[in-house]
Amino acid sequence: MLKDLFRKPKYVTVTPAVPKKEMPDGLWVKCSGCGEILFNKELEKNLKVCHKCGTHFRLSAWERLQITLDDFSEYDADLTSCNPLEFPEYEAKLARAREETGLQEGVVTGEGRVNGVSVAIGVLDSNFVMGSMGSVVGEKICRLIERATEHKLPLIIFSTSGGARMQEGILSLMQMAKTSAALARFNEAGLLYISVFTDPTFGGVTASFASLGDFIIAEPGALIGFAGPRVIKETIRQELPPGAQTAEFNCEHGLIDLVVERGQLKNTLTKLLKLHQRGDHTWPSH
Amino acid sequence: MAQPLEFEKPLVELESKISELRAFSEEKGLDLTEEIATLEKKAESLKQAIFGSLTPWQRTQIARHPDRPNFYNYAQLMFEDFIELHGDRAFADDRAIAGGLALFKGMPVTVIGNVKGKDTKEKIQRNFAYAHPEGYRKAMRLMKQAEKFGRPVITFIDTPGAYSGLAAEERGQAEAIAKNLITMAALKVPLICVVIGEGGSGGALALGVTDKVLMFEHSFYSVISPESCATILWKDASRVKDAAEFLKFTAPDLQRFGVCDRIVPEPLGGAQRDYALTARNLAEALEEELGKLLELPPEELLQRRYTKYREIGVFA
Ligand SMILES: [Zn+2]
Repeated sequence: MLKDLFRKPKYVTVTPAVPKKEMPDGLWVKCSGCGEILFNKELEKNLKVCHKCGTHFRLSAWERLQITLDDFSEYDADLTSCNPLEFPEYEAKLARAREETGLQEGVVTGEGRVNGVSVAIGVLDSNFVMGSMGSVVGEKICRLIERATEHKLPLIIFSTSGGARMQEGILSLMQMAKTSAALARFNEAGLLYISVFTDPTFGGVTASFASLGDFIIAEPGALIGFAGPRVIKETIRQELPPGAQTAEFNCEHGLIDLVVERGQLKNTLTKLLKLHQRGDHTWPSH
Repeated sequence: MAQPLEFEKPLVELESKISELRAFSEEKGLDLTEEIATLEKKAESLKQAIFGSLTPWQRTQIARHPDRPNFYNYAQLMFEDFIELHGDRAFADDRAIAGGLALFKGMPVTVIGNVKGKDTKEKIQRNFAYAHPEGYRKAMRLMKQAEKFGRPVITFIDTPGAYSGLAAEERGQAEAIAKNLITMAALKVPLICVVIGEGGSGGALALGVTDKVLMFEHSFYSVISPESCATILWKDASRVKDAAEFLKFTAPDLQRFGVCDRIVPEPLGGAQRDYALTARNLAEALEEELGKLLELPPEELLQRRYTKYREIGVFA
């Protein structure tokens, strides 16, 4: 199926990541939202949204690309993390993540078309070390933004992240500065950036490129914030009220533009993209 | 004076013995010059031994020393005509970040800094330098103002991090930090930051996207505190010493990673031991770095700033 959708044959070798906890191998899964037994086939047909309660299950980067794009060609597929701090057990952690996800790192970037409109696109994957941002994630996002700037392409980034990649220390933190600096130049070129928050997005990713979109969209129920509920509880012993940090909470507090259901997302993106296409807008003669 | 740090106790004890002896000799009119000189010599070599080979965790403790000079001390010791300005013009005045205008070597500059507070009352007032979104937004307002009037910005970093709590989330903590990053990346005036104590993650970086990053000898700058790192790795916050080793967050480490551009020397034993000398060292470094930046045409300044951050990262 991936083969039909994407141009380069190498994509068929990439196994789409399947969130293990929520999607055990087998015929069915229990919805984390309502407890309903859902058949995997049905669930996939419904873009991994529970038909009963609307819970949006997490998607892997490749699943997201597949439901969003007409076609896709990947950038920088081989960029690989090192262990610059010689942090204990980091290499083993990376090896395990590669093995489990089939991904080389926590973000897939490239170029493709959304209903015929060419875009530069990046999708983070929370299955790879929680989608945390180390040097490679930062570099890939940065190159994506630079290519979009150079080729005057609209930019879409789907975020999901636990935050910084602790094992890369200060280098991880500086990726926030690096990606934001690239976006400053992108903005100067007058180009369109749509940021889509998916569940969950926290820390350095929220506090950099994901919050800097011209338009910020989130999927229903996605948890979005700076500090995660556990961090808040541990540092200031504050228990967050139910519903805090959801997409809806963020929208209510004026922090994002709109909450869009997965089934409508491609349409919404297409509309926004078309509204920003240059060229043939002519005012009726008067 | 605060409690001495564990590892400097022998030195502090010896130093107080020397001053006792001196007082005693004056009081009794006894000549103890020789004895005092011997002890002073001993104290000096003890000082060298202790501070010449600090572990990352010991540096962390010096960086967090409650008697260390803070933003206001530097504002007074290095600048003239400091005027503090308040508020983000939208919600509040966050005392965790202070800012204003001052003259540096006769030139108007904007100065901004995290402030931890020195006594209990001030610490609470300043929320231990854990800023809320309005703190970062105040900083951004002052930076945009600096750009309008073409004056350089000097920031002083000393924070454990951005505040984590419901109020901060509701008001867009992440957005406030992100906006500072993108704004600083493109600000058309020279920017310099100095890590004067603790550089805590995103809360520090929100004042830290600058042309030059200066760090005091015993300051540190990290993506995560050693305490949180130890908790994550071993569920044991007491293993901070190990975490401090792993995180490679000292000034020489950061210089190696291309983040820190210049290390500012501290008096032996730490900045808290001699404010005047510390401020002189910093003023000298700032004058030199700022002088070089002021010579650059604006496009060149921005290009170099871009390249600095663009090149940070290690991958294959
Ligand atoms: Zn359900």
